[in-house]
Amino acid sequence: MNNETQLEALPVVETTESHVVAVAMSGGVDSSAVAALLQQQGRGVIGLTMQLWNQRRLPELQGNGPAQHRCCSLDDVYDAKRVAQHLNFPHYVVNFEEHFEERVVRPFVDQYLSGRTPIACTNCNTDVKFEPLLRMARQIGAAKLATGHYARIRKNESTQRWELLRARDDSKDQSYFLWGLTQEQLSRSEFPLGELSKDEVRELARAANLPVAEKPESMELCFVPTGNYVQFIQAYSAERGIALNRSEGEIVNEAGEVVGHHNGVHNFTIGQRKGLGFAAGKPLYVLSIDAAKNRVVVGDDETLRTATCEVESVNWVSIDAPTQAIRAMVKIRHKHEPAVATVEVIGGAENNSQFGGNVRVTFDAPQRAITRGQGAVLYNEDGHVLAGGWIR
Amino acid sequence: MIGKSPASNASPSATTATRVYLDYNATTPVEPAVLDAMLPYFTENFANASSIHTPGQRARSAVETAREQVAVLIGANPKEIVFTSGGTESDNHAIFGIDASHLECSTSLACSRHIITSAIEHEAVLNACQELEKRGVSVTYLPFDKNGLVDPAAVRTAIRPETVLITIMHANNELGTVQPLEKIGRIAAEADIYFHTDAVQSVGKIPVDVNTLGVDLLGLSGHKIYAPKGIGALYIRSGTRLPQLLYGGHHQRGARPGTENVAGIVGLGAAAAIARQSLTEDAARVSALRDRLEFEILARVPDTRANAAAAPRTPNTTNIIFSGVEGEALLIALDLRGLACSTGAACSSGAVEPSHVLTAIGLTPEDARASLRFSLGRHTTSDEIDFALQVVPAAVTHLRSLSSTYGRTSAVVAQRV
Repeated sequence: MNNETQLEALPVVETTESHVVAVAMSGGVDSSAVAALLQQQGRGVIGLTMQLWNQRRLPELQGNGPAQHRCCSLDDVYDAKRVAQHLNFPHYVVNFEEHFEERVVRPFVDQYLSGRTPIACTNCNTDVKFEPLLRMARQIGAAKLATGHYARIRKNESTQRWELLRARDDSKDQSYFLWGLTQEQLSRSEFPLGELSKDEVRELARAANLPVAEKPESMELCFVPTGNYVQFIQAYSAERGIALNRSEGEIVNEAGEVVGHHNGVHNFTIGQRKGLGFAAGKPLYVLSIDAAKNRVVVGDDETLRTATCEVESVNWVSIDAPTQAIRAMVKIRHKHEPAVATVEVIGGAENNSQFGGNVRVTFDAPQRAITRGQGAVLYNEDGHVLAGGWIR
Repeated sequence: MIGKSPASNASPSATTATRVYLDYNATTPVEPAVLDAMLPYFTENFANASSIHTPGQRARSAVETAREQVAVLIGANPKEIVFTSGGTESDNHAIFGIDASHLECSTSLACSRHIITSAIEHEAVLNACQELEKRGVSVTYLPFDKNGLVDPAAVRTAIRPETVLITIMHANNELGTVQPLEKIGRIAAEADIYFHTDAVQSVGKIPVDVNTLGVDLLGLSGHKIYAPKGIGALYIRSGTRLPQLLYGGHHQRGARPGTENVAGIVGLGAAAAIARQSLTEDAARVSALRDRLEFEILARVPDTRANAAAAPRTPNTTNIIFSGVEGEALLIALDLRGLACSTGAACSSGAVEPSHVLTAIGLTPEDARASLRFSLGRHTTSDEIDFALQVVPAAVTHLRSLSSTYGRTSAVVAQRV
């Protein structure tokens, strides 16, 4: 293919490409503020909003709540468009519905049904936002994709690695969901809010007169707006024609003694107390879930605490895979306070730079409810994300 | 370089200096002469066309003149024209109306109804038929060949004793393909079955005559023929028993109650009169431009193919596969360079949906996603085609240079062989 003559006929887009940035716009205040901020810095901004889920699907889940913050609700799309109109930059809605279902929703449900407790947001970042959306951004002439994530990216000139760091505003930090990003993805991403506090972001939005400056935040998983995962999994599985195993299963203690019965392992997550559905002398928590045997193992709070876990599909972010054991602060779920641990690479050394390696994490003190399917993220004391992977 | 440069996405702004519009199948601008004809009916001639007084009579006269103008464009009698809110209402009225007229039946057997339609209809027809399916009507969706044409013999085969309606679009919005309605019309007449066509994309672009086509019902839309949005018409062959869809006053002989949209109707009439006058000339000029655009794109951009190009098409439409390119990305890249065109159908959020038309004519999902529609219009100039021929090859080359799959697939295959 030789089309250079046609390319020469035009001023080449690449020469000015670094000037242009695509902003992933959800219609919320954070990503809208990103657009305003970058424009103030003199960058050319193109807004992109992802269409990820058809709202008309599974209507029984929509409930009576406000339409806002339902995944891909038209209100949110129109909010993003209003911001783009207000600031006068181009905005487009891009359709990744199929991709989102294949890479995020279906794995989420499958993991749940296999007894794990998945995090959809990490998959969405790694496989949707910083994959097809980033590709779309590049295709339409933007060198980089900016998002409203609270985290920081830095290029380490001595190691030549792109580093990922916690946000300056620790209470808003979202680095836990971003450990899957490759060096290539990090090199093409910008998180302009990483240095700001939420209050400063609101202030920025107000100062720019953004129509979404006072919009409340969304907290729930976008495709499960009601927050009721069990209901979503049931409805989604029914739509796919998959009958859930609702046959009665045993709830056993660590000694294997039957202490109760349940009607489907998808109703449980590790560490869960509420909803065990039977009376016990002391509080009992879900220790493990065996989907194959349709069995839930329970125990008291003490037995829920363990000191070690194995982490798979590890992605080394700010550093290369170490050859010896390292000390790190390890975070095992979104609301978990990172705890000191020793981390050693235990396998998959042949492709140690990117996805595939496994590590063993040994905490100095046992941690409560280490849950299969959640992410484990390794930090150093400066807040660098060293690596992340899935707890297995 | 900023300004009139096609690559002005160096500094993206919602207002690009040069804008070329090649999306006339989506909608057209109101013709200045049409607007002039309409304006008095918003202000000094504002009266209700049903009023008895003199101003009302003036409005009535304008409405009836417009009815005549629309009738003449499609070879109908003015009495057979009902004004509607647009193509969707016209199609819905025809389909639900014919179905309802067969509801009064003595035995349950006589009550069973069957409709024949096609897989590439516009949603106004497709979703109406799907709704009727939910209500117990059986529907046959005829398949298409790769040129987007329905086989009249397949229509004949699909006819059952309980078939009450055949509804096949005249010209397709995405491909421009023109269906052999005359042959289907003869089959429908022989079988004594009502025949409806959605002619929204053909009226004003090619000659349309209800008697030549043999249709009993025909829907058309104002905003596709340089009249405003929100006005359309339904042709109902005299003698056709078509219950009303809306209930209200006695406007339009009760066929379509609601105070007449006089200004809109006048606009539709004026647009129809202009279309009738300039159709031949427009078609010749526009098809020459379309042919040049299509030929040059296929010649200048490797791995491209025109969809359904062997079929009879409306003079203004071309639909091209750019292999290995995401149509959605190309659409945005072109818009940022100042060229407006379209891909598939847009959903309410504005995102691109996979085209049911392109998959129905046998395209793979990849090729359907790689297809773009350029639709020209009365105001398209040769300079605008030059502009398109400048930006399209450049944008495609840029996209392909970034694509992870384009150009590699064949290498991988070659290695394996």
